Amino acid sequence: MTTTQSQATEVVDMITLVIDGFEVSVPKGTLVIRAAEKLGIQIPRFCDHPLLDPVGACRQCLVDIEINGRAFPKPQASCTIPVEPGMIVKTQLTSDVAEKAQRGVMELLLINHPLDCPVCDKGGECPLQNQAMSNGQAESRFEGKKRTFEKPINLSSQVLLDRERCVLCARCTRFSEQIASDPFITLNERGALQQVGIYEEQPFESYFSGNTIQICPVGALTSATYRFRARPFDLVSTPSACEHCASGCDMRTDVRRGKTLRRLAGDDPTINEEWNCDKGRWAFKYITALDRLSQPMVRNADGELVVTSWPEAIAAAAAGLSGAKAAVLVGGRATYEDAYGYSKFARVALGTNDIDFRARPTSDEERDFLAAHVVGSSATYKDIDKADHVLLVGFEPEEESPIVFLRLNKQVKKRALKVTSIGTKLSIGVEKLGATFVKVAPGSEAAAIASQSLTAQSIILVGERASESAGALSAVAALASQSGAKFAWIPRRAGERGALEAGAIGNLLPGGRPVTDAAARVDLASAWSVESVPTHLGRSTKEIISAVNSGELSALVVGGVDPLDLDSSAETMSALKKAFVVSLEIAPSAVTERADVVLPVAAVTEKSGSFLNWTGSARAFDSAVADSLNRSDVRILSMIADALGKTISLGTVSAAAREIASLGLWDGARASFTATPARSAAPLAADEALITSWRRLLDLGTLQKGEENLAGTARQTIAVISPKRATSIGVITGDRISISNAQGSVVLPVLVEDIHDDAVWAPRNSRGSELLSKLGNAHGGVVKVVKA
Amino acid sequence: MTKLVPILSAHWDEKDSFTIEAYTRNGGYKASAKALSMDPDAVIQLVKDSGLRGRGGAGFPTGMKWGFIPQGDNKDHYLVVNADESEPGTCKDTPLMMANPHVLIEGCIIASHAIRAKYAFIYIRGEVTHVVRRLNQAIEDAYKAGHLGKGIELVLHVGAGAYICGEETALLDSLEGFRGQPRLRPPFPAIAGLYARPTVVNNVESIASVPAIITNGAEWYQKYGTEKSKGMTLYSLSGHVVNPGQFEAPLGITLREILEIAGGVRSGHKLKFWTPGGSSTPLFTDAHLDIALDYEGVAAAGSMLGTKALQIFDETTCVVRAVLRWTEFYKHESCGKCTPCREGTWWLVQILRDLENGSGTEEDLAKLLDLCDNIMGRSFCALGDGATSPITSSIKYFRDEYIAHVTGKGCPFDPVASTIFSTTGAR
Repeated sequence: MTTTQSQATEVVDMITLVIDGFEVSVPKGTLVIRAAEKLGIQIPRFCDHPLLDPVGACRQCLVDIEINGRAFPKPQASCTIPVEPGMIVKTQLTSDVAEKAQRGVMELLLINHPLDCPVCDKGGECPLQNQAMSNGQAESRFEGKKRTFEKPINLSSQVLLDRERCVLCARCTRFSEQIASDPFITLNERGALQQVGIYEEQPFESYFSGNTIQICPVGALTSATYRFRARPFDLVSTPSACEHCASGCDMRTDVRRGKTLRRLAGDDPTINEEWNCDKGRWAFKYITALDRLSQPMVRNADGELVVTSWPEAIAAAAAGLSGAKAAVLVGGRATYEDAYGYSKFARVALGTNDIDFRARPTSDEERDFLAAHVVGSSATYKDIDKADHVLLVGFEPEEESPIVFLRLNKQVKKRALKVTSIGTKLSIGVEKLGATFVKVAPGSEAAAIASQSLTAQSIILVGERASESAGALSAVAALASQSGAKFAWIPRRAGERGALEAGAIGNLLPGGRPVTDAAARVDLASAWSVESVPTHLGRSTKEIISAVNSGELSALVVGGVDPLDLDSSAETMSALKKAFVVSLEIAPSAVTERADVVLPVAAVTEKSGSFLNWTGSARAFDSAVADSLNRSDVRILSMIADALGKTISLGTVSAAAREIASLGLWDGARASFTATPARSAAPLAADEALITSWRRLLDLGTLQKGEENLAGTARQTIAVISPKRATSIGVITGDRISISNAQGSVVLPVLVEDIHDDAVWAPRNSRGSELLSKLGNAHGGVVKVVKA
Repeated sequence: MTKLVPILSAHWDEKDSFTIEAYTRNGGYKASAKALSMDPDAVIQLVKDSGLRGRGGAGFPTGMKWGFIPQGDNKDHYLVVNADESEPGTCKDTPLMMANPHVLIEGCIIASHAIRAKYAFIYIRGEVTHVVRRLNQAIEDAYKAGHLGKGIELVLHVGAGAYICGEETALLDSLEGFRGQPRLRPPFPAIAGLYARPTVVNNVESIASVPAIITNGAEWYQKYGTEKSKGMTLYSLSGHVVNPGQFEAPLGITLREILEIAGGVRSGHKLKFWTPGGSSTPLFTDAHLDIALDYEGVAAAGSMLGTKALQIFDETTCVVRAVLRWTEFYKHESCGKCTPCREGTWWLVQILRDLENGSGTEEDLAKLLDLCDNIMGRSFCALGDGATSPITSSIKYFRDEYIAHVTGKGCPFDPVASTIFSTTGAR
């Protein structure tokens, strides 16, 4: 159960009441059922959920209540009644009436329940089962006919409904409406035939649908992925952190005989409360995929990758890197500790600052912005709770950081929080937030940002895509300094904030130490016991690729980078081919095909570590799979460094964590930031448009591989153009259009909607719309849009 | 000699009683003109003073309900008339609206003025299409005549046929376009009702009673009825009775008196049991013929005045069968929101069916009573409570008849004998 977060400074009216003879004081407004919890008195319940509005439907939590000597004539639902002074509550423990009422309701709940616990996923962790044991009777007096239904039916490709097991508590429908704002499921029919249903024309395509399964107090909702896979008591559960985005969810990973079978939302009131998104819940099949890399491989003289022993592979890697001009590319899935490993490896073992964690389109403006304003900063979810106005820049919360979306949505619902979004296309998520949408042409974000007026209580949430619009981040910094508003940078990937703090970028050393600051370099060198650290400003991802192609660099250490995520995939492929490549990866990729040494690494459930969420706070986790043979990146890097004779002494994840902690944050001056001017838009021909896009939560992302049930709930792949453009090229919604440039083209069904006349939107990485690999540009580039 | 006081029903026997001409001819729309010239608070006070109590079943003082609406809150207020008359046996609002729709419209004007509402809604059950047509015409005529549309708008909303929508908060949900299911209270409709605005929900008869009170004054109304149950009301007599129909009499009249006026139980038969206020009120027997039919009198005898729906059953009726029918109704109409009503009615029907067809046991009676105890007062709204009333009261008075079903392995009654077309009954 969640606890009410109240600061010591806030004055809370406390109310004292008596429950089962014990006095208890709770904040005004507390429900009786929760006041009882405070005393450790568990009143049975089904429909009650601390994060949902009370409904009082199941009637399981009936208790006897009297207030100042006046007794209610009948037992009351303790989940709907707030405490009052002078209240005397008698629960099932001290009142025969309450006890019988609860027993009676339990018996009624079970008359139409199939009692198929032995084959039910929920058996063993089922509130109905548990409370039937604790507050019910062993024998039913029901001898009649049970209500039967066909079972199960699909609410979506992932969520299955067994209507016979359903106790109609409406937790799922209330969650969808109240928390996710996706009211795609509802109760229909009436009486005992009442059931959860979907609409004919709107599928249950909610990014948060999995939560309905987790809060279902019976086995009515099950997931296609987990159904019939395990009994709860056969699972080993480990608290874990989600590797999919920077929201920072607490998670629980359930493993059976070494195989990850299920992941659930954990309970962290400050971050994800008790929710997570469907990607975090279900996108884990990549971990158990059959094509996982499990043994090291080295490319032989014939150009074939052959399996070798670890010592041989490490030696081969060291031999290739030794003396080479090498750089490091590390993707956003690295843990804080692994990113630190790459960062130290680059500086100490390779002697270079050429390292970049940003496996995506980037800019120097962003690099400088991160160093000057983001590293070491700490905006929190609480800042959203308190904000008078939230400005979203280059950021689609529902698609790119779903828990941030839920928090915004909560505040919008609770206190009509004002939200403004500056973007190229109105999204479903922004629409759900009732946000003011400032529509701009791709590339023209800076001017729109500058025209906003905020206060010191406001917060700007800026996404990683702001880097794709010149001047946008500079405008954010200017707006914040002029208004006093807070701002937070919310990258999409889970590892990016940690990698930034770990210095896995060309202009920063670990702990926010600017590369260009001699004192910072000396500080780090002494902590590392090395003579010096490299002084030059390191190259960015794109610059590293070109430097390999131009021969300035000759070797690459690549960890967790998908070349197709870069806006120069062709150049990247040729660079990978040209350079000596050491690949640390969990599954075969385009890098593997071109690598000289392939070193398998542990997936997130197989190692310990931590991720820093967008607020900069860490969530550490232990390996959920006991005795995994796979090693974390940092440990392998440490072995290569040893082989190179330039030790980094990071033999374990905990060693890295200890070293990070002892290094601490740089307390000297931050890197300075020079504003980048916005670029003025070039005129467009009639059939030309500026491409704009973002990644959908559910798309072709590498970590979503192999989960077809999840993919089935993804949003439709469509391109969006304005009515004006639709008329001019003669298409209507549903027709197909071609979006092309010199590099390639995509053909997609079109949706005519309110979008800037100069823009065409398509999902960045969905099937048929792989913009970066096909067009080499995903925001601001000129493309030709014609009827296909 | 007759104790009837036809006020609402005074002109029902006129051929054109439902027209605006007839209503105006008989003095209609003078009360609203008078009320509109009064201070709204004075109207509320007048209704309070009259002692008028809600005629929908609960008997809550109407003026007090109006007084709960917060004033000067700069919010829209709404009046909602509950015309979703669906209780088995209850048939007063439907004939009232059929015979004299304008008195309801005039009542709406007065009540809206009193609670400072610009919009009034009549939520009517969808099955009574003839009444819907007549009300629509009446509203149109009232607009044409200028009674409506000058500061007070009246909207007729037709329900889709759910008993639960007679429950006031379910009605509001349904009126807003949602599935009709009762809402959690508080907040009460007076604070957050229709569209979360202060709302008064009144029964048709309550609102229709207001024009006469405005015209004749509180003291006039106070003269009728009993100490705490003032005024006259419509008693609906149905079943095994010679002249069924609506009888308007002061509160406190007895069934014996009404039966006399109505020609008594059908010839050759005698009263076996009856409901004082529809199927949700515990039934009575011939021992209760002299109970004063006002809120207090009926309650003291262990039942509820409810909607004053007097269903009369003679000795040809199998009480088990009658109760089974009612319970089937409750099972069919349970909205499904709460466990006791949803699951309980599902179970009760099965036990009663077994008992009626002779496959029940004596233990089933104990089980029935225990189940009713687990439903009564445990359900979300009063519908679940109502479902238990016929069962517990019938077992209380007719336990032997239930036992006879068990020992005789079947129903001892000829079901045909109780029908209206039975030769014995029609003798």
